Amino acid sequence: MLDLDAGAYGVYVWMSYGLSAAALGGLVVSSLAFARRWRRRAEALEARARETGAGPESRP
Amino acid sequence: MTQALAFLYNPHRFMAFSAWAAPLFGALALGLAAAGLWLGFTAPEDYQQGDTVRIMFIHVPAAWLGLFVYVCLGGASFLSLVFRQALADAAARAAAPIGAVFTALALATGSLWGKPMWGAWWVWDARLTSVLVLFLFYLAYMALRAAIDDEAKGARAAAILALVGLVNVPVVHWSVEWWNTLHQGRTVFAAGGSRAATVFLVPLLLMSLSYMSAFGALWLVRIRGEVWRRRAAAAEARLAR
Repeated sequence: MLDLDAGAYGVYVWMSYGLSAAALGGLVVSSLAFARRWRRRAEALEARARETGAGPESRP
Repeated sequence: MTQALAFLYNPHRFMAFSAWAAPLFGALALGLAAAGLWLGFTAPEDYQQGDTVRIMFIHVPAAWLGLFVYVCLGGASFLSLVFRQALADAAARAAAPIGAVFTALALATGSLWGKPMWGAWWVWDARLTSVLVLFLFYLAYMALRAAIDDEAKGARAAAILALVGLVNVPVVHWSVEWWNTLHQGRTVFAAGGSRAATVFLVPLLLMSLSYMSAFGALWLVRIRGEVWRRRAAAAEARLAR
C-alpha cells in the first residue's frame, strides 16, 4: 500500500524529495541544453569553414 | 584491455557509442527510480525514525554518487595529466558539475534528515565536514578552470587539484570508523553484511542504481557537449586564420 502521508515529518521528507527532483531535473535540462547549444554552433562553424575553404577539419 | 577501451579515448568512436548509450542509461535510470520509489513508499515506517527513513532512499545514493563521481573526476584528470588525452580532460570537466550537484544534494537531504533525528541542521562531525570538503573541492575545481584563460594551463592546474582532492575520498568513507561521529556508522557495507532490513535495502539499492545510471547518461551527454565545444573552437580558429 502506497504511503505518501509522512505525518509530522512530511515537511522534511517532501522537501528532500522536492529538492532532489528540482536539482536532478535542472541538471538534465542544463546538460541537454549545453550539448545542443555547442552541437549547433560547431555544425554552423564547420559548415562555414567548409564553404570558405578555411583549412582542413581537425577534431579534438 | 587497452584495445577494448579504445573507444573511450577516440572521440569519433566515443561519439558513436554515447549517441545510443546516453539515452539507454537515461531510460534505465527512470525505470529503476520508478521501481525504487514504489518500493520505498510502500515500505513500512521505521520503528525508530518513522517516515524520515524514506529520506535515506535519496540521501545515501546522492552521497555515494558524490564520492564515486569524484573518483571518476580524479581518474580522468590522471589520464589527462599523464597521457594528455583530450577526451579524458573533457570527461573530467564534464564530471565536476554533476558531482557537485550530487554532493550538494547529499548535504541538503542529510541536513533535512538530521534536523528531526538529531535536533540540529548541521554538526561539525567528521563525516559531514569531510563531505563539505568534498563539495568545496568540486567548487574549487570548477572555479580554477573558469579562472584561467589559457584552457590547457587551466586543465593542468585543475587536474592537479583534482588529484590532491582524492586524498579526501578515503577520509569521507572511513570517517565514521576513524572518529566518534554523530553520523551513523557503515550500514549497507558493514563488516559481516548489511545491517539494513531487506524492506529498506532493496529500494535503497534500486535508487542507487538509478542514480548511477542517471550519472552515466548525464556524464555522456556533457562529454558530448564538451567535444562539440572544442570542435566549435577549432572551426572558429580555422575561420580566423
